[in-house]
Amino acid sequence: MMPVLLWTDLLVFLLIACGIGAGAYVSRREYLLASWRRVGESRAGMASLTLLLAFVAVGLLDSLHYRPRLEAANGQPAGGYGSEVRSALDALLLPLKTRTEKTYSAPLATHLYAKETVELADGSQARVFPRLKHGGAHLEDAEAEWSRDVVLRILRGLALAVLAGPTFAALAVLAAARRWGMNWQAAWRRIRRGESRFAWDAVLLTLAALLLLVGPAISLAGGYHVFGTDKVGQDVLYLTLKSIRTGLVIGTITTLAMLPFAVALGIAAGYLGGWVDDLIQYLYTTLNSIPGVLLIAASVLMVQVLIDTHPAWFATAAQRADARLLALCLILGVTSWTGLCRLLRAETLKLRELEYVQAAQAFGASAARIMGRHVLPNVMHIVLIAVVMDFSGLVLAEAVLSYIGIGVDPSTISFGTMINTARLELAREPVVWWSLLAAFVFMFVLVLAANLFSDTVRDAFDPRVAGRRSASSAQEPAA
Amino acid sequence: MSLLRVEGLRTVLSSAAGEVRAVDGVSFGLAAGETFALLGESGCGKSMTALSLMRLLPDAGWIAGGRVLLEGRDLLALSEAEMRNVRGREMAMIFQEPATSLNPVLTVGEQIGEALSRHTALRREEVRHRATELLEAVGIPAAAQRLGEYPFQFSGGMKQRVMIAMALAGNPRLLIADEPTTALDVTIQAQVLELLGAIQRERGMGMLLITHDLGIVARLAQRVGVMYAGELVEVAERATFFSAPQHPYSNKLFAALPRPERRGGLLETIPGSVPPLTTTFAGCRFAERCFSVMARCRSEPPAWHESGPGHVVRCHLYDQGATGRPQESEILIVPLEASSAVRFAQEDGSASLLEVADLKVHFPIRRGVLQRATGHVRAVDGVSLRLDPGRTLALVGESGCGKTTAGKAILQLIKPSAGSVCFDGEELTTLPAARLRRLRSEMQIIFQDPYASLDPRMRVGDTIEEGLLALGAAADRTAREGRIAELLERVGLAAGMRGRYPHEFSGGQRQRIAIARALAVAPRLLICDEPTSALDVSVQAQILNLLKELQTTLGLAYLFITHNIAVVEYLAHEVAVMYLGRIVERGAVGEVLGGPKHPYTEALLSAVPRLDTAGQRKVIMLQGDMPSPAKPPAGCHFHPRCPRAMPRCAETYPAETNLGTRSVRCLLYE
Repeated sequence: MMPVLLWTDLLVFLLIACGIGAGAYVSRREYLLASWRRVGESRAGMASLTLLLAFVAVGLLDSLHYRPRLEAANGQPAGGYGSEVRSALDALLLPLKTRTEKTYSAPLATHLYAKETVELADGSQARVFPRLKHGGAHLEDAEAEWSRDVVLRILRGLALAVLAGPTFAALAVLAAARRWGMNWQAAWRRIRRGESRFAWDAVLLTLAALLLLVGPAISLAGGYHVFGTDKVGQDVLYLTLKSIRTGLVIGTITTLAMLPFAVALGIAAGYLGGWVDDLIQYLYTTLNSIPGVLLIAASVLMVQVLIDTHPAWFATAAQRADARLLALCLILGVTSWTGLCRLLRAETLKLRELEYVQAAQAFGASAARIMGRHVLPNVMHIVLIAVVMDFSGLVLAEAVLSYIGIGVDPSTISFGTMINTARLELAREPVVWWSLLAAFVFMFVLVLAANLFSDTVRDAFDPRVAGRRSASSAQEPAA
Repeated sequence: MSLLRVEGLRTVLSSAAGEVRAVDGVSFGLAAGETFALLGESGCGKSMTALSLMRLLPDAGWIAGGRVLLEGRDLLALSEAEMRNVRGREMAMIFQEPATSLNPVLTVGEQIGEALSRHTALRREEVRHRATELLEAVGIPAAAQRLGEYPFQFSGGMKQRVMIAMALAGNPRLLIADEPTTALDVTIQAQVLELLGAIQRERGMGMLLITHDLGIVARLAQRVGVMYAGELVEVAERATFFSAPQHPYSNKLFAALPRPERRGGLLETIPGSVPPLTTTFAGCRFAERCFSVMARCRSEPPAWHESGPGHVVRCHLYDQGATGRPQESEILIVPLEASSAVRFAQEDGSASLLEVADLKVHFPIRRGVLQRATGHVRAVDGVSLRLDPGRTLALVGESGCGKTTAGKAILQLIKPSAGSVCFDGEELTTLPAARLRRLRSEMQIIFQDPYASLDPRMRVGDTIEEGLLALGAAADRTAREGRIAELLERVGLAAGMRGRYPHEFSGGQRQRIAIARALAVAPRLLICDEPTSALDVSVQAQILNLLKELQTTLGLAYLFITHNIAVVEYLAHEVAVMYLGRIVERGAVGEVLGGPKHPYTEALLSAVPRLDTAGQRKVIMLQGDMPSPAKPPAGCHFHPRCPRAMPRCAETYPAETNLGTRSVRCLLYE
């Protein structure tokens, strides 16, 4: 196979490298580490982080792209590579990807959701719900065996989870025990009673809950379509898992594209004032007065035309779709920095009048230095909150934009495209509800986990909040 | 029968650090027509006591025990609905900050009317009439017309008067005043204190006065209760308290006050700070900071000891058989030896360090679409100063007179509109930016609010290092580290504290850090902008001592901006009094404060509450407030409030008159 590095993959790996770098930086600084320890002590924060990491793991697997080697008919390796770009996730989910049905089928169904005219053995024709090619194909008599088989598979899945669970727990306990320098029984007791500072109990509980859901899902997916199939018979579970990467990419890379504008312009406007402030305000007021969707639609269409007129730029369809995804991220970023920019400008206006800024001015510190050393760290909590809030907002925005047809490439699987197709399915009689529900539930859990985690991080990093917590007794209780 | 009896009141606040026992067994009584003052530093539970009496505690707080009897009725047993009838009608409260105690979107008339219609059965017209009467009673001119105005149209002192009028609306028998004048200027404070005293005498109300200012206690209270760490430690009549305080804490409070007699020596300080109220105290709460501490103080809580009629004290020193007596807080005049360099500079006297001539800072007022300047706020309007090396010049004035702006304009933090600032022979106003930057290490500033002047996200070491880096004072890292450690120790902190964040320090410690930051670049001039006004008396003494010691050892010159006359008397060599952007009188400290010439200086000095209760000096009451610097009065700026104004004063601004070593701007002396 030949590895393929898409633009968004590159940015995703860059982000991860930055994350690791930041981690190394933090781990060498005791005072920053203390703040992250407070994050670790929060149960809600750790539970949501566990969920988020599960999503990120899926997204990362889906970011390792390659082109499989073409196989010639006689089994000899052919000289070329397929034009289809696959990811590691695709390889894992190959059965789900390839086992397509003819059209809609309900979750765990054995028959299609639409009647078809079939020729019976005696030559007469009848309108029946035909059996699925793959879903429940192993059953002889679908009606009679179905419920038993499903229950059995769920039990088998749960058993798998119960077996896998202690493995994780044991790993966690051993790690903790080594850390605390005690034997594993003592460490286990400490975790079970919630006495550890790091919220191990929350992590393990979340993992357990996840396993109890994932186990049966894996086991069921072997014989059925767990979330049903869509109009062209694709497995909805596969689609939902593929959507995660799109959501994560849009949520993170857009913010990255936006941050430099918002932070630099917001702080510069607030601190420097004068004509710089006038210019920046003029710029974002103008941007803001153009309807956002219109601006995005215009930019996306322009990019699309550009992409369509230069087919030679892209070796594969996946690369073309990826270029469009990246373009959407950048466009969303460029049009959405105004809100954060305003917030930062207002906060900087307040900060620059504070005495520690004036003290720095009295030292003759340069404007750039004051903005970097005194203003930026003190608005970082706003940036952090904005980034995570925007993350959820952007995941949702992608859904809306794809719904109205100006989002990602139609061939890119995303929550938005899933919801867009669900529009027609909801109007259908009887209603096809599963693909909308699956997209909704995954998106909801992702966004909720992100929001909960952001709250924890904000509380832990604001020294005023932390100070209130630890020093409120030392300070005067009354004004 | 006493109006109010508080018995064993205990109030607890829950916090992450544990239960804060803000009020821990406080008992006192208050008769009708009497003023009882609760005195103490911040964090002692004074305000919590007041809020407990009103049952207005924050959500995290509750009353854990005790009784509050108002005319024999236990307030703690009342239902919330009954309590609402007590509040306002039987007892009312005035808060510290008049700016935030009034609702900005309701007219003053509506707010007083609200209180009236809640507590009386008056009809609309009568309410209006009564509100006018109340405003007149608190001395607001043109009351009927001002009822329709909004709080922003009132000055701070006027707002506090409106608050008093609201408190009086229900004709309460007990008035609780929680630091009623702390946010006000001295001359306005004198007006409000006068008003409170008069109203109380007229109505025969009981008043519970909560304050940290011994001067206000001396002026208003009949009895005093000293609070420390959640409990009362001494209760006495005013006269006995001021003549012979018994508790070591009370003694130290007096000793820590800056006074002219202490000039040249160090002030007494109370080491440490008030312990956090989450602590479980085994013995006396003051033991850790007490000079007369004995072994039993740490193990056994002291009981009340009656040392005279109506004078009780909670201290082991007065136990039967105790040998120790409180050390008379003898004034230790530790003569500070000036280093030879300083003496040399002082004797030389010819070259002044800082010379400011006719400094002006005008802020344009912009109006309209095109933002044209329609006028100017003349914050500083022609200030001339001269400061010699190693000396302290105090710039005194009330808030809004432009003293802080003048300080910042001297440092070129605000661009002056006109005038010259000459520092060590170099003209700063026209100096190119690069040259100015190099000169910045010679002059530094310390700010008023130790909570706002340190970057909350920078460690203390980084904060101090900033100056070293910005001015390239110490090039390599180890040299800088060493210098930071040295500076921290210089201001009385441990070198190991450099890794901590500012929020881990108390107010006094933060101010020390701010001083260390300023000292990092070895300045010769330090502008101190009210460096102690946010601090408690005992901590103020520590900071003043430090400043004084630094001056003698390093030969620093201070431009000390303040409104606190006592600090000026203690610390300054020369003084300049500012009013509305101009200096009205300046000269040596003894001369100016001992025999003020300008009517404003006279009024300002007489308005300062003093401890000497025996000879109640006559306070010169100034009418009204300081005019806006955007529209200063024609002629002498002070003439509309001046008790000695002449017709001529409205015509021309008086020129500077030199009277020997001092100068005054007043037509009386021309």
